[in-house]
Amino acid sequence: MRRISRLSRLAVLGSAATVLLTGCLGSSDSGSEDTDANRNADAKKVELVIGANSVKGGKNSAGAEFTQDVLIPKFVEAQKAKGVDVTVKFEGDGSDDEVYKQKLALSLSNKAGPDLISVDGIWVGEFAQAGYIKPLTDTVGDTAKVDDWDGWKQIQDSVQQLGMFEGKRYGVPAGTDGRVLYFNKKLFQQAGLPADWQPKSWDEIISAGQALKKLQGVTPIQINAGTAMGEATTMQGILPLLVGTGATINTDGKWLGDSPQIRQVLDFYKQVYGSGLGDPVLQREAKGRDKSFAEFAANKIGILLEGDYFWRSVVEPKDGVAKMADRDTAVGYALIPAGKAGGGVKGQDFVSMSGGGATAINPNTKFPQQAWELLQFMNSAEMVKASLNGAAKITQRSDVNSEVLAGDPMLNFIATKVLPVTQYRPGLAEYPKISAALQQATADVVGGKTTEAAAKSYQTAVEAAAGSKDKVSSN
Amino acid sequence: MATTTEPAPVQPARVRGPAQDVAGLGISRALGFVAPALLLIGAFLVFPAVWTIYIGITNYRLTGVEAVSPSIVGLSNYTKALNDALFHNALWLTCLFVLGSAVIGQNILGFALAWTMRRARPAVRRTVEALVLLAWILPSTVVAYLWIAFFDRDTGTLNSILGTQGTAWLIDYPMVCLVLFNTWRGTAFSMMLYSSALQAVPPSQLESARMFGASGWQTVRDVVFPHIRGHVLTNTLLISLWTANDFSPFLLTKGGPNHESETVPVYIYNVALQGGELGYSSAISFLLLIANLLVALLYLRLLRRRS
Repeated sequence: MRRISRLSRLAVLGSAATVLLTGCLGSSDSGSEDTDANRNADAKKVELVIGANSVKGGKNSAGAEFTQDVLIPKFVEAQKAKGVDVTVKFEGDGSDDEVYKQKLALSLSNKAGPDLISVDGIWVGEFAQAGYIKPLTDTVGDTAKVDDWDGWKQIQDSVQQLGMFEGKRYGVPAGTDGRVLYFNKKLFQQAGLPADWQPKSWDEIISAGQALKKLQGVTPIQINAGTAMGEATTMQGILPLLVGTGATINTDGKWLGDSPQIRQVLDFYKQVYGSGLGDPVLQREAKGRDKSFAEFAANKIGILLEGDYFWRSVVEPKDGVAKMADRDTAVGYALIPAGKAGGGVKGQDFVSMSGGGATAINPNTKFPQQAWELLQFMNSAEMVKASLNGAAKITQRSDVNSEVLAGDPMLNFIATKVLPVTQYRPGLAEYPKISAALQQATADVVGGKTTEAAAKSYQTAVEAAAGSKDKVSSN
Repeated sequence: MATTTEPAPVQPARVRGPAQDVAGLGISRALGFVAPALLLIGAFLVFPAVWTIYIGITNYRLTGVEAVSPSIVGLSNYTKALNDALFHNALWLTCLFVLGSAVIGQNILGFALAWTMRRARPAVRRTVEALVLLAWILPSTVVAYLWIAFFDRDTGTLNSILGTQGTAWLIDYPMVCLVLFNTWRGTAFSMMLYSSALQAVPPSQLESARMFGASGWQTVRDVVFPHIRGHVLTNTLLISLWTANDFSPFLLTKGGPNHESETVPVYIYNVALQGGELGYSSAISFLLLIANLLVALLYLRLLRRRS
């Protein structure tokens, strides 16, 4: 008897607690939040934190160095002249993008996190929907103050999209990039391939791979695949190939499902990884992408599809994570060809994909006005130029680009040859889920499934991610 | 319980069974003593469990619209889990993991070590025990790093020893690697438990067994085992529960390649944080909790029957 009554008492307690909890989830931001955009606007002692996925001596080392050694001291100095005592801290990170995103999302969902946060352009949608970031005009509280910033005029519309969602500005973009095929000229010479290689179709990539296969200990082609690499698989693999079939992942609001184009891309993967041209194991390792960098730098990979990040921060002779002292002579780059000449999106012969990040203001900052000031300062022509520190990079600002890119043939190549043919990812909230489905499809193919089976399960995953069958086109 | 030996309490202030109140505290004071512990348990065990149940019936997500305004979806997370091939895969892998590394690996290795070290010279025994313990007490991240270096495809120790350059152990045989790893990692507990259990075996019986010419295996089976049966069950219960909930496989393989080593805890993490589906992952967590309880109940029943 006593046992039963104790049990029932527990049950009553449990259900009472559950009822109490109901409705607590997620809605916590409607109540106590400080919504006055002018809070602490006149404070004489200000503390700000800049957060980014970069760290000195590791990931995006140059970016962290610039923030800590140039940007912060200059800003503090400028504020001091105005009589404001500012302390700015840098909260660096050096993890994979997915891990950084999880950390950031968890911080923001708990009303914490740095005051200025750097986010990838494709996260803007889902973060905005979750209320983790707000339109700049809301956070700053003054539409004119935001829209009148002279920096906007220097940022191209396509680049501004990186920080926008549903027509509103959530952050200031931090430059853009482009993807190319990198190749090792030393290996190409040994295999009897030209140093100014430029394939015009996928078949020409494959035949170059077959020539490279004759070399001992060399992986001819590495195209990112699988789920372990996360977005890198989508951006440096599937999507550049997909636009080479003439399709885009989202057309007129419909996601591309199981279709001839998707199967064509998966077939290409099959061709590369099924015939020993690529290393299927590397693609599945937990640290596969870092390893592909190291192997390329060690002259063990012939052809690698990567963004200009690879040139600037990976094989960069001084600060790269996989330095190549002879980068300028040993590393070649070529445009990514469409499957067949003229078969790319918009009938192009060559294709690419671009992305980039943006810096947003944490809506929970104690100092929204000062954060906006820092954000403008960070994106002023002077600071953007200083951030390059003599190196070249495609920045968000046209005025800076026209000045610096001429000095670096590779980046100039990206700006003049790649950007005109490039595509951006759709800034829709479902995108990350679609991207995960694409990654899984390549994982399936590289792992040995048939193209048809992989495409079929991809279709199911896309329907689930998009929410309904009507939002998916397949044929 | 000492129900008859103690004298009755002086002031049994309205206690139902006076004989049970051996300390003579009375209910209110007794409650006062256990209240801090109950509060801690409530805050850190009961509340999170209830919270998990609650999130499990919503479509709460890490990002997107459902992060702000999740809605109750009833049991659909649970029906989804029951039809989720990846969850089935995770369950199956967890069973393999528990069976291979805990029930078989740690149990047998732990017992073997305890049995052989029983008569070893103290210096040898201490050294072996220290080494086995070290594997147990080192922080997971350190250990994971060591094992990744051990299994690495290009410069791994294992490949150097075996001369099998280029074998990607963690990719080609992920579950075997995890089972080996976890056996190594957790044997210390079984070893220690069995060492002390073996001391409960009367030396005279071992002596008699030897005089009757029993082989080593016969001695273990017919003399030692009946004495330590209860310990075996307790040990197996504890290590299987720990292993089923162990997250360190994530540090070695992240569940990869392509879900081939995704045990349930790793799957929950991947669903929750990589997929952002907090509601669904909570539902799975709750299923794991129930599975744990079932296993525990099963063992307890067995234990009761034996004793």
